[in-house]
Amino acid sequence: MPMAIVLILLVVGTLLFHFLSPWTFTPLASTWVQIDETINITFWVTGFVFVAVNLFMAYAVIKYRAKKGSRATYDPENKKLETWLTVLTTVGVAAMLTPGLFVWGDFVTVPEDAHEIEAIGQQWHWTYRLPGDDGQFGNVDPKHITHENPFGMDPADPLGRDDVLVYNPEVHIPVNVPVKVNLRSKDVLHDFAVAQFRVKMDLVPGMETFLWFEPTIVGSYEVLCEELCGIAHHTMRGAVVVDEQADFDAWLDAQPTFAETQQSSAGNAALGAAQYAVCAACHGQQGEGLQALNAPKIAGQEPWYLRRQLENYKAGLRGAHDDDIYGKQMAPMAATLVDAAAIDNVIAHIQTFPDNPAPTTIDGDVGNGQRIYNVCAYCHGKDAEGIQAINAPRMAGMTDWYLANQLRNFNAGIRGEHPQDFYGKQMGFMGRTLHDEKAVTDVIAYINTL
Amino acid sequence: MYITLILLGVIMATIIWWLLRQTLSTQPWVSAAADDAVSGTSLDVNRKAVGLMTFLAVATSVFGLFISAYTIRMEEPDWRPLSEPTLLWANTIMLVLASIVYHWTRNAAVKGIEERIKPGLTVAGALTILFLLGQIVAWQQLSAAGFYVANNPANGFFYLLTAVHGLHMLGGLWVWARSTMKVWTGAGSDSVRLSIELCTVYWHFLLLVWIVLFGMLLST
Amino acid sequence: MAYVSIADRDHEIEHHDDPQTFVAKYVWSQDHKVIAIQYGGLAILIGLFGMVLSSMFRLQLGFPDTFDFINPENYYQFVTLHGMIMVVYLLTALFLGGFGNYLIPLQVGSRDMVFPFMNMLSVWVYALSVVILMASFFVPGGATGAGWTLYPPQAISPGTPGVDLGIVLMLVSLAVFIVAFTMGGLNYVTTVLQARCRGMTLMRMPLSVWGIFMATILGLLAFPALLVSAIMMLLDKLIGTSFFMPAMMAAGEVTEYGGGSPVLFQHLFWFFGHPEVYIVALPAFGIVSDLLSVHARKNIFGYRMMVWAILAIGGLSFIVWAHHMYVSGMNPYFGFFFATTTLIIAVPTALKVYNWVLTLWQGNIHLRVPMLFAIGFIFTFTHGGLTGLFLGNVTIDLPLSDTYFVVAHFHMVMGVSPVLVVFGAIYHWYPKMTGRMYNETLGKWHFWLTFLGTYSLYLPMHYIGFLGVPRRYFAMGNTDFMPDSAITLNTSMTISALIIAATQLIFLYNIIVSLKKGEKAGGNPWKATSLEWLTPDTPPKHGNWGHDLPVVHRWAYDYAVPGAPDDYTPQTVPADEVPVGRDHGVDH
Repeated sequence: MPMAIVLILLVVGTLLFHFLSPWTFTPLASTWVQIDETINITFWVTGFVFVAVNLFMAYAVIKYRAKKGSRATYDPENKKLETWLTVLTTVGVAAMLTPGLFVWGDFVTVPEDAHEIEAIGQQWHWTYRLPGDDGQFGNVDPKHITHENPFGMDPADPLGRDDVLVYNPEVHIPVNVPVKVNLRSKDVLHDFAVAQFRVKMDLVPGMETFLWFEPTIVGSYEVLCEELCGIAHHTMRGAVVVDEQADFDAWLDAQPTFAETQQSSAGNAALGAAQYAVCAACHGQQGEGLQALNAPKIAGQEPWYLRRQLENYKAGLRGAHDDDIYGKQMAPMAATLVDAAAIDNVIAHIQTFPDNPAPTTIDGDVGNGQRIYNVCAYCHGKDAEGIQAINAPRMAGMTDWYLANQLRNFNAGIRGEHPQDFYGKQMGFMGRTLHDEKAVTDVIAYINTL
Repeated sequence: MYITLILLGVIMATIIWWLLRQTLSTQPWVSAAADDAVSGTSLDVNRKAVGLMTFLAVATSVFGLFISAYTIRMEEPDWRPLSEPTLLWANTIMLVLASIVYHWTRNAAVKGIEERIKPGLTVAGALTILFLLGQIVAWQQLSAAGFYVANNPANGFFYLLTAVHGLHMLGGLWVWARSTMKVWTGAGSDSVRLSIELCTVYWHFLLLVWIVLFGMLLST
Repeated sequence: MAYVSIADRDHEIEHHDDPQTFVAKYVWSQDHKVIAIQYGGLAILIGLFGMVLSSMFRLQLGFPDTFDFINPENYYQFVTLHGMIMVVYLLTALFLGGFGNYLIPLQVGSRDMVFPFMNMLSVWVYALSVVILMASFFVPGGATGAGWTLYPPQAISPGTPGVDLGIVLMLVSLAVFIVAFTMGGLNYVTTVLQARCRGMTLMRMPLSVWGIFMATILGLLAFPALLVSAIMMLLDKLIGTSFFMPAMMAAGEVTEYGGGSPVLFQHLFWFFGHPEVYIVALPAFGIVSDLLSVHARKNIFGYRMMVWAILAIGGLSFIVWAHHMYVSGMNPYFGFFFATTTLIIAVPTALKVYNWVLTLWQGNIHLRVPMLFAIGFIFTFTHGGLTGLFLGNVTIDLPLSDTYFVVAHFHMVMGVSPVLVVFGAIYHWYPKMTGRMYNETLGKWHFWLTFLGTYSLYLPMHYIGFLGVPRRYFAMGNTDFMPDSAITLNTSMTISALIIAATQLIFLYNIIVSLKKGEKAGGNPWKATSLEWLTPDTPPKHGNWGHDLPVVHRWAYDYAVPGAPDDYTPQTVPADEVPVGRDHGVDH
């Protein structure tokens, strides 16, 4: 008897949970309303079967539970009943399948006038490419990939010259225009998914896949990688910003083409020396850093990382948090570098400094630190040398108290919380696995040995 | 996957067709005298033969899947066919002869012609060993000519398929060795007849597999 | 004419002398019942380990960034090993190696499996595969964290835990497991076909045997796909071939690989992986049918339909595999075909559910522990089967694939449901295996906590999936589409998971203590009809049947036959002693 009551309660409870709970589909922001409708049809059909089968079973358990002297009815089969059930089930299945196939037909047929973009996956970040004025993508091949040409564009292909390259996990698209997203991976499988758009598709290295949708609501939507791609899979986030056409055009104009990215941007160290005078006050004449002024060593840090951080400070992605005392000091300093050329120059000057290991100030349990560092090594390298392709800076030989402060900042949400600081957010995810001060000092003590 | 699907489709269809034939017409809740007399043995062959047949179905699945993988991988543009060594033709002849001799020995065992069994088994085994040695020499020739496993998927598949086939052959030789030992230590045909019969089937199967594989390697 | 059984005529199974030494009796035993218990015991042991792994990563999901022992590296290792252990090393081994071994010879009236030596090899090779799997935790770099699907390139390229020895041992262990399974499988198939007792037609076999038989055929034909893909991936990893590996980067460097097809691996993997679902499900279907019939004191309704449904599901299971790959980047037009075949397979499956429920109808239902588990199974399987109709329908898979909806679905359908059957079956056959009864009260506690616990774990998980929360995420962080309340939901799911895990201690306690303390059960405590309950000894001795093999005169479901003196008529009772259904006009 409790069995039957529980079955009834579970059926009722399931229905209540379904209709009353706040957890359901994320509101739709594309024209894929057909997908939601197909799901609704399926809900009704399967819901009916779920309720009918289980209530019938509960009723049978009540009615035919063993009583003294009762005996079952001998009933080997009933062809008529079984035939009817087969027919009804088939009808129900067809009712679910048919709309599904039609909608899938729509999904595999991309509208002729779709706006095309390409999303490229890589451990563990997104980049994008747009076809440029000629409307055609140039050839790419992994064998062309270098730090200067991270997209692997074929330099000999004229179609690629005007391709717009977005080396940033955030891309913009115009609202109310069908978008075809071509998908490509540089290393392992990834999956491009935006919950609000409903569609998703894997990125497969060695081939190109696609999906399409038509965004209907202006806003920013999180892109998630939904195919396990390694240890930092959960940090592989990006954003699709749906813009009004005018905003989109303005954004597009600001993005570099492949040809532009290939013009040498080697800074002028001599010009940079003058700019560096401001920096030297805190970071030292040779970029060696000064703990008294909370300025870390910058000599020997890789140029791409310096550039990104300077840009982040300038754009308010870093040093904007109220509790980021030292970051707030740095932000106005970064603002003195007025343009990209100034940044390039000062970085070129920093590259001329001798790279002597920073003095160590933190001790800890190196063995425990090494165990913790196993996870760090996936991105920062076995020797903490940094891996540019993964956007992970060098840590070996850099200022240890600064590293500790940054880990605390990541943990406390002081750094890496800005919605556009995607790389900082990644580090935030990882930093939060260090739960206490001991873990922080231990891992840094280990880094000090590298 | 079409090749696998066809092979497995045939196997599954045979199984299901056979099972349905056994089951369709009965009303099991009705006890029939005919049912009561059923011996409980569905196929009129030795159970070891049934075991072997089942294993051959498994092996068919393995080779079918390798062949499917081969044809799918072949579509990719980096495929560079390799030139099979001529030695493979000689190896093939060895295997054909081994199969024929095994069959001849089987006929002798079934008819109880004792004096043929010892030479028959010995020659069949020797030919098979020659085949395997020949395969190894073919590997050496290929790698001497610069066709390493990892150069190209075509090479990889060649080494892989020949190795898997060779391993199956070695398994057969293990059974062959046991019955040959028995015969040389004076056992009569009765004690090895079943083993020889089943080995013959197995040799024919592996010959067939080899011919299919060799044909596929040659033609692509 | 004096009746002599085929098995005795056949001289291949020699007369069984009971082995004397402990080692011969319990270690190198060739008795199918001992092997079954070895297989089952080892599977349950490793399964408990898999459950502990799941508790560990559930802790991270329910209480993010709280526990030091879980970091992204071992999170992915635990997730991977949990999946692989539960699907292959627990469920496949337990249903086929455990129940298959125990039930087939007893239920078809055979003295043993037809190749007992190979049967013994099978269990020890299985043990070897488990050892290799466990060893992968202790090698440098640890076990693989590639997800149980082991998709290349990520499974063998840097960025994934256990990319050195871990993945190699995983693949080797799988290959060894497949060898073990094949040795067992040849036995199960051949025994069912060739070693039944007189009168045991195929259609008189209990559905347990049918389910295990068909599942074995599926396993024999499908596991090679896993073997082939494991071998090819090993070569990619160790020798540097490019079967699956395309031109790609790894840790920022361009690799030597080129031209390989990751999608090819997925085809091979799921060509094994989908039949694998039915390798686990079909034995559960069969066993649960028998539990329902025995404890409802009624014949299974629509036996023929049940058998044909098993055959149909088995056949169809080979042409639905790519429904796991709708968003994998394969040719999108395949979606039409595979969505259709997938939804077609729902029809025979639904019929089985109807027939189980109709078996209860007009029954005489005894709600003993095995029956509770069987009814619980119908509920969870209905739920899990119906959510499968979402995922199988290619369009709906677009938003739902790779989310927690998938995790919830497959845990309901091939985690919870088969495990409920496993428990029900252990309680049901415990008296036969040990000669003792389990403790009924503890059994009921075990059922209620497990059943309600799993539902409270997995029902909300579907809705997390609807939100769009992806699976295999170490941490979700703040996202705009996931409300904070969903975190609370995650916490409650973790608590459910921990309760379920702890509940299994009740089960272990019950079956261990009852070995000595349980009431003596007698040979046929459930008053069941099938042959295993009719052995001269309980637990059955080596050779099962004493001097004479049984002779079967009727199917295994003669319960409540009109005109029969008892409400059950064992299979060995001749028709002229106790009437069969036809004599009373129920024949259609």
